[in-house]
Amino acid sequence: MDFEFTPEHEELRQTVRRFLERESPEARVRALMETAAGYDERVWKRMAEELGLPGLVIPERHGGAGLGPVELAIAMEEMGRVLLCAPYLSTGVLSVYALLQVASEEERGRLLPEIASGALIAAVALPPQAGSGDGACRATREAGAWRLDGSAGFVIDGHVADVVLVVARTAEGLGLFRVEGGAAGLRRTALPTLDLTRKLSRLEFSAVSAAAVSAGDASAGLERALALTIAALGAEQLGGAQRCLEAATEYAKTRLQFGRPIGSYQAIKHKCADLLVEVEFARSAAYHAAFRARAGNDAEAAEAAHMAKAYCSEAYFHAAAESIQIHGGMGFTWEHPAHLYFKRAKASAVLFGDPIHHRRELARQIGI
Amino acid sequence: MAIREMSEEEVRGRVRALLAEAHPDRVSQFEFRGKQYDHGLAWVHFPEGYGGLGISPRLQAVVNDEIRRHAETVYEDMQINPIGIGMGAPTVLTHGTEWMKKNLLRRVFTAEDIWCQLFSEPGAGSDVAGLATRAVRDGDHWVVNGQKVWTSLAHISKWGMLLARTDPDAPKHSGMSYFLLDLETPGVEVRPLHHLTGEAEFNEVFLSDVRIPAERMFATEGEGWKVAITTLMNERTAIGGAASRKGGGSIGALLDLWKARRGLTAETETILRDRVARLYVEAELLRLTALRARAAQKAGNPGPEGSISKLAHAELNKRIWECAMEVIGDDSLLYEAGYRRRRPSGESFATRVALAKYQFLRSRANSIEGGTSEVMRNILGERVLGLPGEPRTDKDVPWKNIPRSA
Ligand SMILES: Cc1cc2nc3c(=O)[nH]c(=O)nc-3n(C[C@H](O)[C@H](O)[C@H](O)COP(=O)(O)OP(=O)(O)OC[C@H]3O[C@@H](n4cnc5c(N)ncnc54)[C@H](O)[C@@H]3O)c2cc1C
Repeated sequence: MDFEFTPEHEELRQTVRRFLERESPEARVRALMETAAGYDERVWKRMAEELGLPGLVIPERHGGAGLGPVELAIAMEEMGRVLLCAPYLSTGVLSVYALLQVASEEERGRLLPEIASGALIAAVALPPQAGSGDGACRATREAGAWRLDGSAGFVIDGHVADVVLVVARTAEGLGLFRVEGGAAGLRRTALPTLDLTRKLSRLEFSAVSAAAVSAGDASAGLERALALTIAALGAEQLGGAQRCLEAATEYAKTRLQFGRPIGSYQAIKHKCADLLVEVEFARSAAYHAAFRARAGNDAEAAEAAHMAKAYCSEAYFHAAAESIQIHGGMGFTWEHPAHLYFKRAKASAVLFGDPIHHRRELARQIGI
Repeated sequence: MAIREMSEEEVRGRVRALLAEAHPDRVSQFEFRGKQYDHGLAWVHFPEGYGGLGISPRLQAVVNDEIRRHAETVYEDMQINPIGIGMGAPTVLTHGTEWMKKNLLRRVFTAEDIWCQLFSEPGAGSDVAGLATRAVRDGDHWVVNGQKVWTSLAHISKWGMLLARTDPDAPKHSGMSYFLLDLETPGVEVRPLHHLTGEAEFNEVFLSDVRIPAERMFATEGEGWKVAITTLMNERTAIGGAASRKGGGSIGALLDLWKARRGLTAETETILRDRVARLYVEAELLRLTALRARAAQKAGNPGPEGSISKLAHAELNKRIWECAMEVIGDDSLLYEAGYRRRRPSGESFATRVALAKYQFLRSRANSIEGGTSEVMRNILGERVLGLPGEPRTDKDVPWKNIPRSA
């Protein structure tokens, strides 16, 4: 059943929240977003050692916590609330899911324990989404060894990844390949991002030697991995949207104009109320996607994931935009955090396909 | 002010006479604009001797058009001195002293003196009449203490329009006075305030024992609110009514981006084309509405209906740049300009895409600056449509007894 949260879930949420309140307050976010790496290695290690977060959905036999999409959604929601600067989406979500879905037992055994322990940062280089036209990789076999050529744009945390998992075209379809971050022939360029709290880079491969992680055509597995990833991202967006609503509401209760709290004006009160409805919809979408992902029916999971990514993206953007508006001139300043959420909302709406893309996929799923 | 009749032909003739004497392509901005002022072609509806001819404000469009026909160099009021020209000049004309009119208006128009508006405070934005900056009389001066915030252009301004409280015991609207502040006066400290692109376009202005000569007051003591209304009404019209050419401005930039689009799937294109077309319709109607308002405009200051354009402009502009980001597609993940903490550079953007990304962020302020969209809706509902106002608790009590934010 959907939406059946247990006391353990609540405990997980509280644990993650307390940790992030300590380790990722606004001042840390602002400091990290200005660094090239974009994350704090020490905090990442602690996220692994104390909370088991990078390995949350990694099976126990590979050193993980053996939990699933529902627990991941809870963690992502909390991270989204505070705009955590860490390679979690790239390593703990996308890479892990890609490996779980398509990797050979040997490759899983090689990489997953390292990810779970916090020792390894991984990124996934995806083919261009419909709409960007930038980059694509090809893998060819020469004398028993694989070589990669091509490029990939907008690789999340590609600049700091110890290992890059590259989705490349082969004679048999799509394959997943492992490349060392410092491999010869790999050029990594950090990109100037709209959202400073999540780093992107462009990778160029020229005759880079690579190891095959998957066998045969991995398209279907990669598709599943992406669906699981966007479901998790939906939860992160929910957390951000919820935080924007809270911040706006708190402010509306305390800010006085004309001798009254601005929240006593219906223009503001109704804005907050409309956001509440949208945030609750986003919550339903994100949680539904998480529970459907856990249930494991691919078609249902994909439908719920597209719905979540389409809806949560727009709900987050709207909440972030209205938060600026409700905060007035102050909400427009650099010093106020409202703009950090606004930029995260916009960027996360574009990552892995914008809402138009996901509604189109959904339309296909439901046969219209 | 009585309006004098003048034919369009005569106005055009006067512009040509001006251009024969001083041509913007050949002389400096100050020289050309100074001559334009002397010819009464700065603000044609202003009286003669003050940059005008005392004719209908509609004819200003004829002046601008005639200059455009003959010159490459065109100065946009809203670029060279937006606050001075858009708000300062009408305020000086309506409520200023003779000395102010004689000594300030010409230099406002040429933009030799940049102006800023010292209204908003940390505790008083929408409710600007709740402001707390104090002015106390001391002989033939006023001594001012307080803090202003979000003051655009203060860092390059010569003059500021300062609203301050002169009687805390009076009800809020009747305890204020309006001053002309020389920003070079000792005790004025301007600190940069950065907005979400990193640029410091506005400022915090701290006023500590700032002495203003008594004759630099507009109207009389306690009449500050009346003067402020003139400034604010003109602000709204200046912002909303600055309609550009057909297909120009923000919508023009969106259309250009659309023409240069690449990599969109056919389905996305269909959806976005409809969005772009819809925005085009609204932009066109905003422009036409502003034109219609100008055609109906009488001499004197604009009324509350100026809020129609202000509101529509703000909301539309945000949507135009949101749409632009969608047309840009995945590339909207990047912000190549970087968030450099600095003063606005004034340099133009290298590409259409770079401009769009900046404007996507900057336009978020449109529904806040110059009065928020919520306040505009209140004005339209109450002042234009005559709907009853909200119950007020802050009107007839001494200002000092009204609860306020820090
Ligand atoms: C880019 C920029 C430039 C600016 N330049 C200047 C300048 O040069 N000089 C200057 O003096 N000021 C300037 N301002 C300040 C601007 O005028 C104020 O920010 C604006 O009036 C809103 O005030 P506030 O920020 O205090 O927000 P608040 O008034 O606190 O408003 C917060 C929220 O409450 C809403 N609200 C408030 N009252 C009501 C009500 N009665 N009914 C319904 N909703 C309400 C508002 O709409 C807003 O959403 C600038 C602001 C910006 C963003």
